[in-house]
Amino acid sequence: MTSTLSEAQSKELLAPFGVPFLPERLVTSSIEAGVAAGEIGFPVVVKLCGEAIAHKTERGLVKLGLRTEVDVVAAAEELFAAARPEDGSVQVLIAPMVTATREFIAGMVVDPQFGATVLLGVGGILAEAISDVVIRLVPITLVDAFEMIDSLGSQALLAPFRGEPAVDRVALAEVLLALSNAAVATPVLASIDLNPLMIADGRPIAVDALVEMN
Amino acid sequence: MVTNRNEQFKALFDPAGVIVAGASTHPGKFGFVVLHNMITCGYAGRIFATNRDGSEVLGRPTLTSIAEVPDGAADLLFVCTPASTNAELLTAAAAKGVRAAFIASAGYGEADDEGQRRQDELVELADSLGMLIVGPNGQGLVSTPSSLCAQIVAPYPPTGHIGIASQSGNFVSSFMNLASQCGVGVSRAVSVGNAAQVGVLDALEFFADDPHTSVGLLYVEGIPDGKQFAQRMAAVAQRMPVVVLKGGTTASGARAAASHTGSLATDDLVFDGMCAQYGIVRARTLTEAFDCAATLATQPMPSGPRTAVVTTVGGWGVVTADALANTRLELTALPADLRAELDGLLPPRWSRNNPIDMAGGETKDTVPAVLRAVAGHPEIDAVILLGVGIQSNQGSLERNGPFYPDHGLERIVAFHERQDRRYIETAVSVSAEFAKPVLIATELATADPDNAAVLAMRESGKYCFPSAERAVVALDQLHALASWRQRRGLEPLAP
Repeated sequence: MTSTLSEAQSKELLAPFGVPFLPERLVTSSIEAGVAAGEIGFPVVVKLCGEAIAHKTERGLVKLGLRTEVDVVAAAEELFAAARPEDGSVQVLIAPMVTATREFIAGMVVDPQFGATVLLGVGGILAEAISDVVIRLVPITLVDAFEMIDSLGSQALLAPFRGEPAVDRVALAEVLLALSNAAVATPVLASIDLNPLMIADGRPIAVDALVEMN
Repeated sequence: MVTNRNEQFKALFDPAGVIVAGASTHPGKFGFVVLHNMITCGYAGRIFATNRDGSEVLGRPTLTSIAEVPDGAADLLFVCTPASTNAELLTAAAAKGVRAAFIASAGYGEADDEGQRRQDELVELADSLGMLIVGPNGQGLVSTPSSLCAQIVAPYPPTGHIGIASQSGNFVSSFMNLASQCGVGVSRAVSVGNAAQVGVLDALEFFADDPHTSVGLLYVEGIPDGKQFAQRMAAVAQRMPVVVLKGGTTASGARAAASHTGSLATDDLVFDGMCAQYGIVRARTLTEAFDCAATLATQPMPSGPRTAVVTTVGGWGVVTADALANTRLELTALPADLRAELDGLLPPRWSRNNPIDMAGGETKDTVPAVLRAVAGHPEIDAVILLGVGIQSNQGSLERNGPFYPDHGLERIVAFHERQDRRYIETAVSVSAEFAKPVLIATELATADPDNAAVLAMRESGKYCFPSAERAVVALDQLHALASWRQRRGLEPLAP
């Protein structure tokens, strides 16, 4: 049996390994949400967060691009109201809104045959259709991580793209190493999703995280 | 009992004597065929055939039991008797000093629960006797250093340096047939059948320490313990190039459903990743697997991706350039000094770039001179040579036509064949001199195997690719492995 961690718990678990996340705040009321958003700076993203909530987008539990405190408070109220009893204890997460053209997916999954693996792929809503994905077995070295990046079919996405700089390959390799290190240090992990792993100013940043434990 | 697998495999592949248990007088029985194949392929050690009635087989006397074999005279037992009798045979053979057995008999784990129980008992017995057992339910083994063809099927390949281990006997046969066709030979080959005690990895680990083997060629389907498989493959691949063909890659296993990562990570991608990570050459098809193994067994590793295509005439070069564009290789622009040198060797109509289209050449020395200049240039890492054999192909028509040897045909045919041989000799010698791969491709390899160029390739021990596309794929794999090693500070592996 596996269970999922909340987004906030997932990030808390992964951040010490060096997975880059946004500065974000977790609050339990809509008033606090508004204050937190003011401190982070607009625009922000507001999400409902709870241990039993795995796929927020599908349930409409992510509100993007909020530009005022009033909007944030309203969105937070709406999210708290959307919580279902089976979601358990819920909170609202406020994060800066990242705009990025390029999205990747990075993750870890325990393969039934080969054990823990690290994955890098082209992300976004078409990820599964495009299926440009590279996998290695845990543990990986820095050389392995660079080879993963070099093995992606969509190399054009790693070069300078639509006015944005080239992807910082070292920073991206470090994300993959962080996933490998997390898997080694935490054998109860069943899977990790960093989806999307956005490229902001050329640097990867994990906008969402989902950790699944055995 | 302490077992030394390496010693046991040595007994399997290079036995001083072999006992064939269950030799049969019926030419349709495995017990006949294996004896026939061993004698016919020239096994030089002693052969002891046992047969319940002691009847002659193939004009040779047989023994009624293993007890009659002199102590220490045999190292290998080949078993094709019914499963129920085999435990007794192992025990008797072990008492005579036999350290390895190949069990061709069926009726074990592949059959039913009872067979599985019998198989487990056989392994337990072999372990307690300190004996290696390969199989059961396998087709046999080949070992060219000992001229040993202990198999229930025919193919016996030329001597060479490819070590084959397969979970399917059919693939051993296919690889050996390809070896016979092209002349790039095999050191050892074994089908592991049910892999009761040892599997393909045990054989591969033996190959890695075997002076006769320079490349491992594997066919796998099922992988019982993925983690162990990966670790052992990784350890071998550091020391010896390994080519693997995996069957059943389209079936996809179930994974943790909650994550997107899980749904993207198919079995095939995981296997692919493992190969890329550990420097294992993964081939997609039977022919690609053999092409890669034959290349690794006969060509030095390139130190970079810069490839020159040298062709006697245009079209082949163009299509080969297209094929290169889909690889990690680089159709390198010709360095100015090389271009100037070639200007001095070639007629003005030559392509003046890469692919180097020699436009039919100029004198009889043009092709060797160009080949030497290109392969010797420090900014070229690998060469693909196309168009050899066309002169001899014409020669062949002339030799077999109604006008030969008159009208000057005898002389010109000899010239054509001599020229083709020179091209091959030059290619082989510059490859060795500059330690660079020089791959040769022509469909004449299969279409006209008696062609002088093809024969010269065969005599040189090099591989003649049946098509330029296949040469490109193999060179791409060779380069990928070479650069994998470079990035990890590992020395290139010489064939």
